[in-house]
Amino acid sequence: MHFVVCIKQVPDSLDLKINPETGTLIRSGVMSVMNLYDLHAVEEALRLKDRFGGRVTVITMGPGAAEQSLREAVSMGADQAILISNPALGGADTLATSLVLAEAIRKLDADEPVDLVFVGKQTSDSDTAQVGPGIATRLGFTQLTYVMQIDSVDFAQRQIQVRRLLEDRIEVVRGRLPALVAVLKEINHPRRASLPGLLRAARVEIPVWSHETIGLAREDVGLQGSPTQVAKVFAPPSRPPGELLSEGTNGAAAAEALVGRLAERGLLEDIWRG
Amino acid sequence: MAVDISRSALEGASSMTGGETRFDVAVVGAGPAGTTCALLLARAGLEVALIERGPYPGSKNTFGGVLYRHPLEQIVPRFWERAPIERKVIDKQYWLLTEDSAVKLGHRSRRFAEEPYNTFTVLRAKFDRWYAEQAREAGAMLIPSTVALEAIRDERGRVIGVRTDREQGDLYASVVVAADGVNSLLSRQLGLHGELRPEHVALGVKEVIALGEDRIRERFNLEGDEGADISLLGAVTKGMVGGGFIYTNRDTVSVGVVANADAYRRSGNSPVDLLEEMKAHPLIRPLLEGGQLKEYQAHLIPEGGFDAMPPLCADGLLVVGDAASLVNAAFFEGSNHAILSGQLAAETILEAKSKGDFSAQALAGYERRLRQSVTLRDLKGLRRLPGLLHSHPQYFAIYPELLNEAAHHFLAADGRPKRDKVRGALKAVTARRSPWQLLRDLWDVWRGTNLWP
Amino acid sequence: MNSDNGKASQVRRLPSCDTSAYRGVWVFVEQIDGVPNQVSWELLGEARKLADKRGCELAAAVLGYQIDPIVAESFAYGADVVYAIDDPLLARYRTYPYRQGLVGLVRQHKPEMLLIGATYQGRDLAGAVATDLLTGLTADCTMLDVDPATGLLQASRPTFGGTQMATILCRQHRPQIASVRPRVLKMPVPQPGRQGRLVRGTLPTLSDSALLTEVVEVIRQPAGDAVHIEDARVIVAGGRGLGGARGLALLEDLADALGGVVAGSRAAVEQGWLPHEQQVGQTGRTVRPKLYIACGISGAIQHLVGMQNSEVVVAINRDPEAPIFRACNYGIVGDLFEVVPALTQRFRQARQEWEHQLTAAATDLASYGGHPHGS
Repeated sequence: MHFVVCIKQVPDSLDLKINPETGTLIRSGVMSVMNLYDLHAVEEALRLKDRFGGRVTVITMGPGAAEQSLREAVSMGADQAILISNPALGGADTLATSLVLAEAIRKLDADEPVDLVFVGKQTSDSDTAQVGPGIATRLGFTQLTYVMQIDSVDFAQRQIQVRRLLEDRIEVVRGRLPALVAVLKEINHPRRASLPGLLRAARVEIPVWSHETIGLAREDVGLQGSPTQVAKVFAPPSRPPGELLSEGTNGAAAAEALVGRLAERGLLEDIWRG
Repeated sequence: MAVDISRSALEGASSMTGGETRFDVAVVGAGPAGTTCALLLARAGLEVALIERGPYPGSKNTFGGVLYRHPLEQIVPRFWERAPIERKVIDKQYWLLTEDSAVKLGHRSRRFAEEPYNTFTVLRAKFDRWYAEQAREAGAMLIPSTVALEAIRDERGRVIGVRTDREQGDLYASVVVAADGVNSLLSRQLGLHGELRPEHVALGVKEVIALGEDRIRERFNLEGDEGADISLLGAVTKGMVGGGFIYTNRDTVSVGVVANADAYRRSGNSPVDLLEEMKAHPLIRPLLEGGQLKEYQAHLIPEGGFDAMPPLCADGLLVVGDAASLVNAAFFEGSNHAILSGQLAAETILEAKSKGDFSAQALAGYERRLRQSVTLRDLKGLRRLPGLLHSHPQYFAIYPELLNEAAHHFLAADGRPKRDKVRGALKAVTARRSPWQLLRDLWDVWRGTNLWP
Repeated sequence: MNSDNGKASQVRRLPSCDTSAYRGVWVFVEQIDGVPNQVSWELLGEARKLADKRGCELAAAVLGYQIDPIVAESFAYGADVVYAIDDPLLARYRTYPYRQGLVGLVRQHKPEMLLIGATYQGRDLAGAVATDLLTGLTADCTMLDVDPATGLLQASRPTFGGTQMATILCRQHRPQIASVRPRVLKMPVPQPGRQGRLVRGTLPTLSDSALLTEVVEVIRQPAGDAVHIEDARVIVAGGRGLGGARGLALLEDLADALGGVVAGSRAAVEQGWLPHEQQVGQTGRTVRPKLYIACGISGAIQHLVGMQNSEVVVAINRDPEAPIFRACNYGIVGDLFEVVPALTQRFRQARQEWEHQLTAAATDLASYGGHPHGS
């Protein structure tokens, strides 16, 4: 049994500081952490390993500092970690990212067939939830997103059954292995690393792969391999200066004025239409 | 919860692989004392574990505060070039405050604006983190987000490791260094000292207020990255033993007040209220105008001095830093003593290792070194000071007022002849404190501080 | 690897693309159990503007089983063409057959733009479709525009924690795919009975094993107690000025009158008046309701970052100097304990009036072929 987890290191939102003058994010000195959902993905892979045996490999595409999150996964019990990092990989959009991760998994699969790939539902920085489906599509893996629980896995029959938590329902889905599972926070409680785990993680060698290691050309990856680019960054449309509706404590007058304004904009109807 | 892990010694100094939990030394607490000890031992090639309960070193720590050049420069030469320093202090002031006035004493020097500088304002979350990183680069194994719950002892009562709160969390070492701060779990668990006594502890509360570099330079009359350090005494502590402080950081100021815990208890004052009033003081408010509160911190400070120090060594154990009560409260000095104690502990451990003996006797070299060091010489000299201050509330309650009264009389541009003014000033003083009492107070300070050669 | 999931797993490189061969703006119409998701109509409304600007056709792509009513509704909401695949295999959403269906339609008819609602289904589908087509997908956009000359879709979305907006382009690949969350765009007014061109497509033959998944059971969840403020369309938020349970009760009443939810600033959460799940701001959640009413909130930037994408912001605060007044559409300087109950009462009244109006209008509208409603 071979489980692969794709993780991402993201800025720690608690550490985000906004420059009070310009309103922009201050990126220097910001701590990075493993994306929260990925922590649950690592935990789920480890639980399957606890149950069925096998190995857990954790991979990430990112800058050198991303090694830290890989070590965190190792400290929890992952067997090996691989950092995919080199300058050419920078500027990748989700399509280029899923290419690199899919090819890395293909390479891992050649040594030891991969049964399940785990990813977190989405990342806290870009929040798009696209990379998982991208990887599944490229590898031809069964795609199972928004998974809140794995009911059962039958490696002999090559089947997995999961529960997906959607807007207003829970779907029980049976899928064929190999599969990609995008997990929700609800799926588990990540374990705390043991002391030996922590020490092992600090000492372990983490190989660094480049795009060449996984057989990709420079044009395939990073900015060059991304169909989308950020064309511009601008300040969000500023609200026109607020209209002061009524001073003092005359609540009724203020209420009247406000309801009038909102009705004029059609906002109330919009809201009540449900 | 970010777990900051990376490899220890890259040059093959570590022969340890996998989850090996046996080290030469286990240092508990990655503050200035613990990190210093770990750094020096790692440099000497020992396998050191540096255990820190916070997610990163410095996250659970705070001080005023000001970092002294000595002894850190001996440990990391020219540290100011690489460490995250806020400002280089060139201006030190003491303000003796009443409700609406202050007698100020200060010293500003261009010499402190040049290398090797003198003191530095730092923020502990940044500084301690950087400092521990130096230890890690030297080969120490930093273990964050982990609490050392108790010492592990063998059948003879020798300390042989620490039990942490992680699974399979027993870590073994020939020596454990307790650098776990004012509320040292380890010291207490080992019976080295009992519960902290309120009179031996001060409570400090502090706010970090964003002002912007321009406003800081303007208001404190500084250029570039020069800094100011202001100690506030008198009205800010409402007669309690303690004081306030203002330190300039890069684009923020640290503002806080410290007072004895027992004094708080007896007076019913609240630290938060005290700080609010201090910030609203007519002489202080203008300095903070327009600032935005960024952080609020509180911390206990050991201030029992010499007489409150616990035993510093046991079989397989050394106590350093705040855990050893090495804070010189009157002079706002703690981190420099912590660093020095860490250094002396490291030297002692190296000595003990060469002999293969980690008994209390072998480790007693630490206490001996400490006694000869500036740390203990100062603390010993000032040992009567805590008691003196507690028994002489007038120093904090009355003298600032007296001095201000006298100054007011003397400086008033009221056209009176100088003689009259001097007489008026003296009268103002002696109205509250008779000449006999004044002499007595002076005498008590002289004897109590034992600072005179 | 599943070898019968074929070509997608072999092709790696971004193909070169003759962008001029692609014309038309498409909207993927999502349905669950035959019930269309409103986000599809919101997208059609917005896509109409894009198509008009670009001078091309607006189309809806509808996949499902027994979908004729949805086809009709797509025309009503503005589609000029509907590309439909009606197949029992599509009765319940599954990634693989839906992906195959939509990708097939796109490859055959070559739209230059494809918009998908960022619902659970949409997000499950969009990434798979974009990867299969080896083209760009910009997710969770809040603004869409098109350059009529170049035909480049300007897909804009918040970035850097919401403090900035980024416009993303997919220059050399087609279709340009973008997703938008429900209720970000306005609902258009439908024209019942409007006609258009229907083009039927078929699913490629898929073996059972190729389908990969099977929905074994669906357990419906009631709306649930959990308050998800990120999805709320109306938020009544309280800050330090609330003072406690009393203030909170007022907010709940107002939220109830508006059909919204209660949230709070960090101050309110730290005081223990609200759980962290309902905190709005830099260290809490980012919300984008249609209406955000800030009561007793000062408006520090850390809070604004979490709610500045609200369509309309109303601020109530005793302090006329509070920064929130510089970040709102309508401000009321006053005591929230007076103003909020007054608002609650007035809103309830307004709603009753509106419902009254609706019932009156509904009795006039006999059938689908009736007059356009609302105006």
